[in-house]
Amino acid sequence: MSGFPTDKTLHAPGLQTGLQTWPHNLKRADGGGPYEPPPYRPRNGVLRWLEDRLPIIGLAHSTAVSYPTPRNLNYLWTFGGILTFILVAQIVTGIVLTMHYTPEATMAFNSVEHIMRDVNYGWLLRYLHSNGASMFFLAGYIHMFRGMYYGSYKAPREVLWILGVIIYLLMMATGFMGYVLPWGQMSYWAAKVITSLFSAIPLVGDSIVTWLWGGYSVGNPTLNRFFALHYLLPFAIAAVVVLHIWALHVVGQNNPTGVDPQTDKETVPFTPHATIKDTFFIALVSILYVWFVFYIPNFLGHPDNYIPANPAVTPPHIVPEWYYLPFYAILRSIPNKLVGVIALFGSIGILALLPWLDTSRVRSARYRPLYKQFFWLFVLTCILLGWLGSKPPEGGYVVMSRILTIWYFAHFFIVLPLLGRYERPRLVPNSISESVKIGAKAAVVVVLAVGLGAVFAGGPRPAAAQEHADVHADLQPPRNTWSFAGPFGKFDRGQLQRGFKVYHDVCQTCHSLSLLSFRNLGEEGGPEFSAAEVAAIAAEYKVKDGPNDQGDMFERPGRPGDHFPPPFPNEQAARFVNGGLLPPDMSVLAKARGYERGFPWFVIDTIIPYQELGVDYIAAVLNGYAPKPPDMTMPAGMQYNMYFPGHAIGMPPPLSDGVVTYTDGTPQTVDQYAKDIAAFLMWAAEPTLEARKRIGFQVIIFLIVLTGLLYFTKKRVWHEIEKPREAARGREPEATTI
Amino acid sequence: MTTISAAEPTRRDFLFVATAAVGAIGAAATLVPLIAQMNPDASTIAAGVPIEVDLTPIAEGQIIKVFWRGNPTYISHRTKKEIEEAQNVPLDSLPDPQADKDRVKSGHNQWLVVVGICTHLGCIPLAHQGDYGGWFCPCHGSQYDTSGRIRRGPAPANLPVPPYAFLSDGKIQIG
Repeated sequence: MSGFPTDKTLHAPGLQTGLQTWPHNLKRADGGGPYEPPPYRPRNGVLRWLEDRLPIIGLAHSTAVSYPTPRNLNYLWTFGGILTFILVAQIVTGIVLTMHYTPEATMAFNSVEHIMRDVNYGWLLRYLHSNGASMFFLAGYIHMFRGMYYGSYKAPREVLWILGVIIYLLMMATGFMGYVLPWGQMSYWAAKVITSLFSAIPLVGDSIVTWLWGGYSVGNPTLNRFFALHYLLPFAIAAVVVLHIWALHVVGQNNPTGVDPQTDKETVPFTPHATIKDTFFIALVSILYVWFVFYIPNFLGHPDNYIPANPAVTPPHIVPEWYYLPFYAILRSIPNKLVGVIALFGSIGILALLPWLDTSRVRSARYRPLYKQFFWLFVLTCILLGWLGSKPPEGGYVVMSRILTIWYFAHFFIVLPLLGRYERPRLVPNSISESVKIGAKAAVVVVLAVGLGAVFAGGPRPAAAQEHADVHADLQPPRNTWSFAGPFGKFDRGQLQRGFKVYHDVCQTCHSLSLLSFRNLGEEGGPEFSAAEVAAIAAEYKVKDGPNDQGDMFERPGRPGDHFPPPFPNEQAARFVNGGLLPPDMSVLAKARGYERGFPWFVIDTIIPYQELGVDYIAAVLNGYAPKPPDMTMPAGMQYNMYFPGHAIGMPPPLSDGVVTYTDGTPQTVDQYAKDIAAFLMWAAEPTLEARKRIGFQVIIFLIVLTGLLYFTKKRVWHEIEKPREAARGREPEATTI
Repeated sequence: MTTISAAEPTRRDFLFVATAAVGAIGAAATLVPLIAQMNPDASTIAAGVPIEVDLTPIAEGQIIKVFWRGNPTYISHRTKKEIEEAQNVPLDSLPDPQADKDRVKSGHNQWLVVVGICTHLGCIPLAHQGDYGGWFCPCHGSQYDTSGRIRRGPAPANLPVPPYAFLSDGKIQIG
């Protein structure tokens, strides 16, 4: 190796990279000048050879191992790690989903259902991805509020904070475009409404919107570009995250006292201390995450998004995903279009100005008695705005939204600048070591509870308009006992088989079941007909095939691999026969319907999982025919139904006692038929329900074990920090602990 | 900076090892769906069911191509001469020795069914071409005889015979 620089000349890890990855203002405890990471050389010869040519391992070491992190960080500081974990999870599941998804307007909806039904573990990957977005925002909001509470945006961390705001903006754009991809009703109308925000721009607004759409309305070109950008933006986020972390490592982490560590004595190395703490909390948050994925996967979604996009009909009550609701409320509270849009973007953009709007020199709210109260008031404002965003824009809701919108901006423009001037902060300690141990744990719990509250504030929303002023306005579908409800629910095979008989004898005259194949009837977790029964059922149907050698289309008996043929050749034919109305496809009907359970039920339903609202609704509608109230005028050809939104349903009562013959001795009543067909439709909408709940139980048990082990490992690793030997010997402990 | 002293009871080591092991199991289990999703999905498997082919329109000396599981499958209605050629080749002169009778169904010597994918690198050989009157692969020059056996060129093996059965004299089911 003569001619090459020797180990000695090269040996200055970290410095060679030109990247400083440790806090520049940290001193050495022994008074030996500015802190430098401990020298690091790989032990392995090959790695050393590489290190001399590309000091990447040294960079990783000084960044993720020896990096000095304040020893008094509380659990709120683990959310950066949690966010990184979720970002990676989203990118991995997202890339996998693109392998099966088709970004084409006529095929997108069905390709998502293909993922849910046919792709191996496709349901799991999709639910991980869709709920992962919510977890990402939940963790993001806690991370942001943490920064606000402890003043993490103040000098010298302004750039760090602004990079965070950029990440947040990118997240919002990514989340929005991802929501469009399933091409359901909510997807389509979200795309329409959000892109239309740009039409508020004077003069060029309409041209910009046309440019965004790539057409004269939201259509296939829009979907295509949203898909391309939804794939691109997460990598842009990852890139800004790298800058965010770099900036963080240069200025050093803030901590609950808001006083920067002065010497390395007030820090601990990132690995193992922060690493194990982050990992423990990632596991803990994962339990919440998989609870949503396996037991309430559609809770944060909207039933309407299981209805394919229809450019002709806007859903009666459109709302964005929960994480956009506060901004949506701000938009709607302002009666002027342009001003509303400016307020919407301003409410996010203002975050970037926070380091200069807050004029106080004290960072942490611990030592700012007034700011602390205004902070919680601001959190409350955001949550209330979120709740209002989910409500229809009428009456008192509008008034409240306006007051809260004004307060939102006043917090930034009036409260923060004035507080810095007039508030008398408590005595700030000179160093972390001096700081008094306080009940930070309580603050952590409060912040977590608030974060969860934010999720629920934007929780389930009605599937369709429920607010009609008449006798049955507030009538809710009765709650049933379903065998498949709850964490251990399983379908009742007999019920599914009977339900199929009801579909076969009654519903299929008008309703298609286009996403299902005959083979599904024999698959595990469904009605589980035998192979021979499935073949016999399939053979009853005439399936269009061809062209044959003569170029003609022909009909043949169905085979297990065929889809259920539709009762009508096209939508026009269906409408013509049904008085202008279109009988909906029944494949995902049970997930495309629902009703509002109201507070506190929708919270309880997440803890004791009850997600059978769509099935309840279907059973209720089938039982809900009644004579119309005398004062109600019924359009011609319509029937009165207690549970149908608007109460005028086009479908004549489809069931009557005895109309379907059961061979297993089950009562042949309308109520029984209604329950059986509803259960069958639940299976049709979610054929993997049993596998989901089974795997979910295993995953949750596993995560509880892992989290427990991580907890004790974490305690072990932190033992020396939290209960230093000095204390054991009756001396003043050097460490502060959380 | 505080570092943990190295000499501690083994109970701690056991805890660390157990945690790492459980974490590794979780990571491995997470890989299962990520890998399994790339295998054929249920609809692809369902579309790969056996197909029936009517042989009656195929004239003697004609070769037709049908698709099964997305792959071209040749059905050759062989002439007397082609059958004789196939049967009379000395087996030890073949790169991949296999008797013609093992490549057709007994009593149906005139019907040869082979997967039309060159065993070299997956191109589709052209029928009725090459020096052996069978198939010739235009990609890299592999030549197959009237029994679909490799005779010359880089391909290592004969054209495979897919699973099939005669439902009647004029109808087969492939798959």
